[in-house]
Amino acid sequence: MRKWIFVLLVLSACRKSGTNSSSSEATHVTDDTNQSSFYLLNEGNMGLNQTTLDYFNGRKGDYNLNIYGEINPTIVKELGDVGNDLKIYGNKLYAVINGSDRVEVMDKHTAKHLGEISVRSCRYISFYNGKVYVSSFAAASGSTDGAGFIAEADTSTFEVLRTLTVGRQPEEMAVVGSKMYVANSGGYTSSNYDRTLSVIDLNTFTLIKTIDVAVNLHHVKADRYGNLYVSSRGDYYNIPSKLFIVSSTTDAVTDSLNLGVSNLAIRGDSAYIISVQWSNNTGTNTISYGIVNVKTKSIVSNGFIQNQALTTPYGIAVDPVTRDILITDVKDYLLPGTLYCFDKTGTKKWSVSTGNIPSVITFIE
Amino acid sequence: MLCLNLEAQQKDTTHTLQTITIFSAKPGAITPVQTLSGKALEKMNSLSVADAARFFSGVQIKDYGGVGGLKTLNVHSMGTNQLGVFYDGIQLSNAQNGTVDLGRFSLDNIEQIDLYNAQKGVIFQPAKGFASAASIYLQSKKPVFHDAATLHGKAGFKTGSFGLINPSLRIEKKLSSCISAVVSSEWTHADGQYKFRYRYNDYDTTAVRKNGDIDAWRVEAAVYGNGRDSSNWHVQGYYYNADRGLPGPIVKGHFENGQRQWDRNAFIQGGYNKSFGKYNMQLNAKYMLDYVRYLDTSIVTTTGPLINRFRQHEYYLSSANQYRIKDWWDVALSADFQVNQMTAVNLDHFSIPTRITTLVAGATQLHFQKLDLQGSLLASIINESTKLYTSGGNRRAYTPAVIASWQPLANPALRIRAFYKEIFRMPTFNDLYYTTTGNPTLKPEYSKQYDAGASYTRTSAGWWQYFAIQADAYYSRVTDKIVAVPGKLFRWQMQNIGLVNIYGIDAGVQTSPRFFKEIGTNFSLKYTYQRATDNNDQQIVYVPLHSGSFTTNLSWKAWDLNYNFVYVGSRYYGSVNIPEYYIEPWYTHDLSLSWHISQLKINGEINNIFNQYYDVIYNYPMPGRYYRITASVNF
Repeated sequence: MRKWIFVLLVLSACRKSGTNSSSSEATHVTDDTNQSSFYLLNEGNMGLNQTTLDYFNGRKGDYNLNIYGEINPTIVKELGDVGNDLKIYGNKLYAVINGSDRVEVMDKHTAKHLGEISVRSCRYISFYNGKVYVSSFAAASGSTDGAGFIAEADTSTFEVLRTLTVGRQPEEMAVVGSKMYVANSGGYTSSNYDRTLSVIDLNTFTLIKTIDVAVNLHHVKADRYGNLYVSSRGDYYNIPSKLFIVSSTTDAVTDSLNLGVSNLAIRGDSAYIISVQWSNNTGTNTISYGIVNVKTKSIVSNGFIQNQALTTPYGIAVDPVTRDILITDVKDYLLPGTLYCFDKTGTKKWSVSTGNIPSVITFIE
Repeated sequence: MLCLNLEAQQKDTTHTLQTITIFSAKPGAITPVQTLSGKALEKMNSLSVADAARFFSGVQIKDYGGVGGLKTLNVHSMGTNQLGVFYDGIQLSNAQNGTVDLGRFSLDNIEQIDLYNAQKGVIFQPAKGFASAASIYLQSKKPVFHDAATLHGKAGFKTGSFGLINPSLRIEKKLSSCISAVVSSEWTHADGQYKFRYRYNDYDTTAVRKNGDIDAWRVEAAVYGNGRDSSNWHVQGYYYNADRGLPGPIVKGHFENGQRQWDRNAFIQGGYNKSFGKYNMQLNAKYMLDYVRYLDTSIVTTTGPLINRFRQHEYYLSSANQYRIKDWWDVALSADFQVNQMTAVNLDHFSIPTRITTLVAGATQLHFQKLDLQGSLLASIINESTKLYTSGGNRRAYTPAVIASWQPLANPALRIRAFYKEIFRMPTFNDLYYTTTGNPTLKPEYSKQYDAGASYTRTSAGWWQYFAIQADAYYSRVTDKIVAVPGKLFRWQMQNIGLVNIYGIDAGVQTSPRFFKEIGTNFSLKYTYQRATDNNDQQIVYVPLHSGSFTTNLSWKAWDLNYNFVYVGSRYYGSVNIPEYYIEPWYTHDLSLSWHISQLKINGEINNIFNQYYDVIYNYPMPGRYYRITASVNF
């Protein structure tokens, strides 16, 4: 028996100590020191609490993986589950963590935890006049059809001040002047997707208009001419993904462009578009790239990167200084992803391994 | 007159069970088998079949924690869908998800659990018995009457941690000299709450597991009869009704969640056996109705919180036939016919499938003095249709198996065995049709298994009553393995990911020495090594390289002391083996003590004595130390 106890003790020793820690590592990826620094949010798979934050130091050309845990070791369960959006406003960095029902607020320069804004099923974030706006998939109180809401919160107390009911399962928002445009998806009821863009007057925080666009809206981005680029995911069956242009002057759809959009970034007069379009009919993804000139509202290119080896392009951002194009590849969603940096001609400059499902990049301008 | 024969057989079985050790390694078993039976089952600190199956080698339990959490078994890393679960000889299947929650089968009414690799080593069995990569046979307790008594039974009560209340009642009645009946019922109620703890970086947090409550009823009734000729038959009905919370993953901001499930499962099944000299026949039939209601309050659709309702019907008919050509040569032919239908309410784009499965197996067995050989060929014919949208299509496959067992020496204690088996596994209804995750273009999984092993079993009348050792080495290859590939919200998709190669070793030693006359002891040690890799040569998720268990028990007069140790090595929860996806090993020590006086028995358990906090499935914390007390009376 004593022998057995010894064996058990030996087996017990195989377990590492209960206290493990996150460790970040830096990789030197480029000697070009002109690139802008940025943060990248890795979504992580649902239920795994795998959201991580990476940091690219533009002056050194170093890429730092998974910095949050080391900087904020006392935060229980780190960043959380399924990061969905990341933006900088003032001196603060905001990460919207969908599966954790909160917006993590960090210091823009140090990524130190400052506080959190509690919003159920939060999706995207936007800012106006010292206030934070967060879209939510959760049913607004009093709604009978599951309509979601926009929460308005204070940037210093992190308290939610007011909420406003919009369409069903609202996704991204864009602000033009004092108006906010919210893309409603209706994704919880795929037999009856929402088709609308909600227009909010931010001065009064009231809904002033609902614009019918197309099924299952997702992204909405404003260009510098007062137009909004709104993407529809389609229904994955017979209605394809498509890009719509809405004028903020008339609050009406003015144009539509026949190209699929899963993500886009507007810089200057160019909207850089990536599309991974799933079809339930064929059981396959169709991948495409394109550039739209927002001044002429026309497709100017059907591909802007060369020799692309990307499996599943997912996030896109354009460096404000160098105009380098950053695209994330989530591969099969299970493996760690890869971040690719292409110069403005589409030639690959560098790539680096990221966390799981790299999705949103925000530059520290 | 002729029914006496069966009674004698039953007596014989009971006798064997009493002398059996913790695990018996059936001497002369042609395929690798592990058995837990009779008293050994009672001694284990186990509430359900899933708890007991922890002690088998070559298996991984997927346990989402608590009394009500889903518990499934994965044998040799082939996937839970590759395991056939048989209840009194007839498969418990679920065409919707292909898995059986072993947590639902309480040990209260189970006499014996056998886990076979490849298949049960007999050729006289339903065609379904040839169809799985591994099979677990649950045998319910049958009524046994030794004396003049015509009525007896057992009442039991379990309580303990997690707010567990579990009364059970079993009544056996001898209806005539040839017919006996049994009714068994239990109620399981638990709040499912337990403490868990997470430590990482500089934090250390303890919280209480919520939404793991369960309220379940099980009622079973069976009638067993022996004909005036050599035939015997049985009919049994089973009803299970449960209302449970589904404990979700523990992620930041979500230490509880609002998903619930209601299950209603009922089946009626029966079997008839008859022998005509050299010819034996067996008929089996079953009808099953399964109803599941799922509620997710966090998803509000246009018609309110998400509620899905699923209903399944299963009709099954089987005929097995064996003919003895010579004393050393048997042939068998089995044909199974099964219809599965499924409907769903509130599930968009659900196809409403009907699957008609015809399985025909031809098998032969050669039995020589020192060599047993079995060969079988299974034809699987699947005809699938859907009321709406795209059907997964019809499939047809022919899968052979060859099994050999050899006694190399004059002493029958040592046997060497080997098998080769091919397996064909259809995608489940969920794989093919579940709204956005389902993928009708999925191909079936094909697997090949190779196994070679040896066993040495010795029984003795002296102090060293029993000694057995077994080891098997195996290689399995799964092509077109079906997995869920996740993506953004609403974008999970079932896909064939290609190849999985599995190299493994299962080994076990059991011994029952009697050092002192009054003290009986049993020891069992099991070890499993598994290298299961995908296309990228990475160990697949949740499969440890090393795992094992150690069980011992001491019995002295009216006392029984039992100790169990389970070790599961480090694993990865992601499909690449990087530190971010690493999960620590876990190991639990359980102790139980029981005492009986005449027909009363009291059993107390302390499980996970050292209060280790661990996850079997990442972010699904398991309970720390917990207790259970059981009292039962036989009458």
